[in-house]
Amino acid sequence: MSAPLDAVARRAGEWLRGEGPLHEIVISTRIRLARNIRGYSFLLRATAEARAEIADAICAAIRKAAMFDKYVNVDVGELDELDRRLLVERQLISRQHAEGSGARRVVFDHTEAASLMINEEDHLRLQVMRSGLQLDDAWKQIDAIDDALEAHLEYAFHAQYGYLTACPTNVGTGVRVSVMLHLPALRLTGELERVVHAAKDMKLAIRGLYGEGTEALGDFFQVSNQITLGRSEADILDDFRDRVIPRIVEYERVARDALIRERLHALDDRIHRAMGLLRSARVISSNEALQCLSHVRMGLHVGRLHSVDLRTVNELFLQTQPAHLQKLQGERLSGEQRSVARADLIRARLSHN
Amino acid sequence: MAWLCSRCNKVQATFHLTDIARSGEKTERHLCERCAAEEGLHAIEGPISMAEAIEKFVIGPKAAAPLQNLVCEQCGISYREFRNQGLLGCPNDYDVFREVLAPLLERAHDGGTHHVGKTPKSLGIPRTTQQDVRRLKRLLAEAVAAEDYERAAELRDRIRKAEQP
Ligand SMILES: [Zn+2]
Repeated sequence: MSAPLDAVARRAGEWLRGEGPLHEIVISTRIRLARNIRGYSFLLRATAEARAEIADAICAAIRKAAMFDKYVNVDVGELDELDRRLLVERQLISRQHAEGSGARRVVFDHTEAASLMINEEDHLRLQVMRSGLQLDDAWKQIDAIDDALEAHLEYAFHAQYGYLTACPTNVGTGVRVSVMLHLPALRLTGELERVVHAAKDMKLAIRGLYGEGTEALGDFFQVSNQITLGRSEADILDDFRDRVIPRIVEYERVARDALIRERLHALDDRIHRAMGLLRSARVISSNEALQCLSHVRMGLHVGRLHSVDLRTVNELFLQTQPAHLQKLQGERLSGEQRSVARADLIRARLSHN
Repeated sequence: MAWLCSRCNKVQATFHLTDIARSGEKTERHLCERCAAEEGLHAIEGPISMAEAIEKFVIGPKAAAPLQNLVCEQCGISYREFRNQGLLGCPNDYDVFREVLAPLLERAHDGGTHHVGKTPKSLGIPRTTQQDVRRLKRLLAEAVAAEDYERAAELRDRIRKAEQP
């Protein structure tokens, strides 16, 4: 296991601070940009030599652009499976990048707010993450990184189609904005359909999140844009900032208020059962842990729970995931061993509060 | 092309999903109706997934035979290969396959045919104000609908200014 990544596992990424505007409902804001280098084929048709050249050119541009105080540059292909998975859990790389083949790297700054995937589906995927809803701040940073790199790289750009990408669904701006939402009250009141409509009205995709296996983790949703051609970055940010996200946040707030007003006992029961389970379980799956943490998180935000701090809960979301758990334990664990280690970790963290 | 259900491997898939892991990463799956129902996937109905958008390319209307056999001489990919994989081989493909690609792009991007937005500085393309005007006009329509006439007047001024040559 590589040393820089051992240190990474012990920290919580910047975007998981649980702060930022609307953080009681919006977990994180992520913006990605897809870019390719002019003069090379896309990766599907790139030779091994071309891949290596592309990676070298991008790494050289990163050095010259000097955008980060401190950053980590990792050869993803040389990492063992656990380290790759760790980076996926932290959202520093995509699963596709972890499981890919050939020369590929990731560069991320020490705050983990920005990461650059080299030779993923496109030659370069820039990513910026923020805690809560911080679209403009995230855009400002990714736009600046893009400009800084572009001073040292020539991007594949088409007069009509804009930034050219391997998959035509990304062509144009190459921008993918994703906002992760925590909507436990809408799930409890059975009103998630309103969220789906809010997103669909604006032609945005909404997806439930999946954990280990295929079981949906019902309280978490990601909204992202799908159209990248014919709409500017500003248009897309406007849709999220001024239209869709405020609408969904309002629905969730109304649902939380309604639960407090009309079903307080049932709500308290959920929240405190979840806390009780986390504080007493000896074996717990990651999905069960997530569901309980979700209710505890809501309990903190609606003021029905005070015996634990939000930061601890947010950190547990990450640290109870398989790769983090094994990194923290310093050894490889079977699924069953993980469930025991997870329960131990949660009990230890929640009893200190 | 048709997908077989990736769960039972027997029936043609009608659900094309992008699973998003908690880490935010996507894997694509193709399920038949029965397997989808068994996994409770009808629960969130409606969202168009990325996979579906790709489906629009892959399963889109069949191009005429001569177009099917188009090959990019720079990277060697044929249009048929692109349809099977959903990924292009090189930047040149956008021009080589233009005739068949253009309608597909338009469909996947809700009518979008031309890039609007950021351009590389090195190309020295003057940043058009057209997109700003479009954006302001939309905001104006919203202000009028909300009967916010003060804001509407202000937006009209800004549009007039932006439209001046
Ligand atoms: Zn080509």
